Amino acid sequence: MKFYVRLFSLNSKSQMQYKFSFFLSCLGQFITAFTSFFSIRFIFLQIDTVDEFTYGQVLLCFSVIMLSFSIGEAVGGGLASFPRMVNVGEFDRIMTRPRSLILQVIIPFFDFTRVGLLVQGAIVLALALPLSGVVWTASKIIGLVLMIVCGAVLFFCLFMFQAAFAFFTMNSLDFLNIFTYGARQFGRYPFSVYGKRILGFLTFCIPLALIQYYPLLFLVDESSHPAYMFLPCLSLIFIVPCWALFRFGIRRYKSAGS
Amino acid sequence: MKSYLSLFRIRMINGLQYRAVALGSIFTRFCWALMEILAFFAVHRSNGGSFGMTFSQTASYIWMQQTFILMYNVIDGDQEIEASVNDGSIAYELARPMNLYGNWFTQCLANRLSPTAINCLPALLLALLMPAPYRLSFPGIMTTALFLASTILALGVVGAIAVLMHITMFYTTSQRGVKIIGRAVTSFFAGGLLPLPYFPKAFGRIVRLLPFAATQSTPLLIYSGSLTGADAAFAMGLQVFWLAVLAALGYYAMSRTLNRVVVQGG
Repeated sequence: MKFYVRLFSLNSKSQMQYKFSFFLSCLGQFITAFTSFFSIRFIFLQIDTVDEFTYGQVLLCFSVIMLSFSIGEAVGGGLASFPRMVNVGEFDRIMTRPRSLILQVIIPFFDFTRVGLLVQGAIVLALALPLSGVVWTASKIIGLVLMIVCGAVLFFCLFMFQAAFAFFTMNSLDFLNIFTYGARQFGRYPFSVYGKRILGFLTFCIPLALIQYYPLLFLVDESSHPAYMFLPCLSLIFIVPCWALFRFGIRRYKSAGS
Repeated sequence: MKSYLSLFRIRMINGLQYRAVALGSIFTRFCWALMEILAFFAVHRSNGGSFGMTFSQTASYIWMQQTFILMYNVIDGDQEIEASVNDGSIAYELARPMNLYGNWFTQCLANRLSPTAINCLPALLLALLMPAPYRLSFPGIMTTALFLASTILALGVVGAIAVLMHITMFYTTSQRGVKIIGRAVTSFFAGGLLPLPYFPKAFGRIVRLLPFAATQSTPLLIYSGSLTGADAAFAMGLQVFWLAVLAALGYYAMSRTLNRVVVQGG
């Protein structure tokens, strides 16, 4: 355990070395999130609702996705450079060490600049809480927290899922970006607006709708069934295939390095 | 001139090497465009259409944008230039009897053209096969010609902004922050997230004058039929203006910078 803490603090120190650049990166993340916020604001200056969802409710959606994405990516975003590690044979070195493989991959890449995104997500959430017109009872707050926490885990899993493919392809599969960066982009509207088939796919294949659309229905009183509140937990089942794929990949891993 | 041409060819051939990657990115672009269009469909479904653009115009805009996304990308795609400054191999480039501005500008253009060439046509074919309201519509020969001319100008402006950004690398050792900010700003003001006609009227009028609008916004709006006649001519005039200003600025900044460059690495 001490080893991992050490690794973690080393990484944070190295990221703080270039203070100005670190600050600029945080600012950049903040501005990026801000531009997506404006692209929603501008639309809602001209209309009141999208498929019966009001501005506040869409903002709620947007901030939940933003918060869970930024946590998930801060932890798992480093896995994006995993294919390169496999490709140049750096992963061989990691396998020779008697420590957890996945932690050794994640910790050195833990990205602190995601704080910028997190702050922006929190600001929008603070804006959305009153605007959404939701009466915040205890069960609704639990629902909201579950959305964010399970969402963060889900996003992390998606990054891991993508990384695990590198064992088989020796290269990064860009099209899986659509479920990570794409989900951040498209998750700003409730997934139901994209039509039944896409909603179905995002419920049963990649359970992104379980942390966004269904619990949102519970929050805005579209559905009073308390099961909807706990649906985000169901999305955690997605950990199983991701972990299995990763283990399977390690089992049949052949070194590509020189 | 000949040396720039062969430099351009080398970069093009280099980019065309990885076919599997190209196939993956065609698929990604297609899904991404479809999701964007469905989102705009929901937005248009919710009101009668008081936006600055109709839904079918927006659909064409998005298809073309996703097809040409790598070409209009200001920030990414020039890893070799970045690496050459970071590891010090820029010293070799400086020793060559070539103007570094011309060298970089050519590389920037080629780095954007070659991936577009392989991504472009297949994605366009798919877009033409879509059912009616989501389809990419063909606006006629004249508009397409105007679009192509405007695209070439846009590519020039993109290259000029990219070189300006690469010049800042001589002053910072870590480029990440500048790139993240640059990516957000160039994409937002060029209509990358939301086409400019969706912006509030007064704000949109100012944004249209900025150099960022001279990148992807102008050609895409011309293609989708949102920008026509005198407005289109004015926008293309702005493209020429910004290309000249930014290239001159970059050329000057480059010569100033190179007088005092410190080469990193051994």
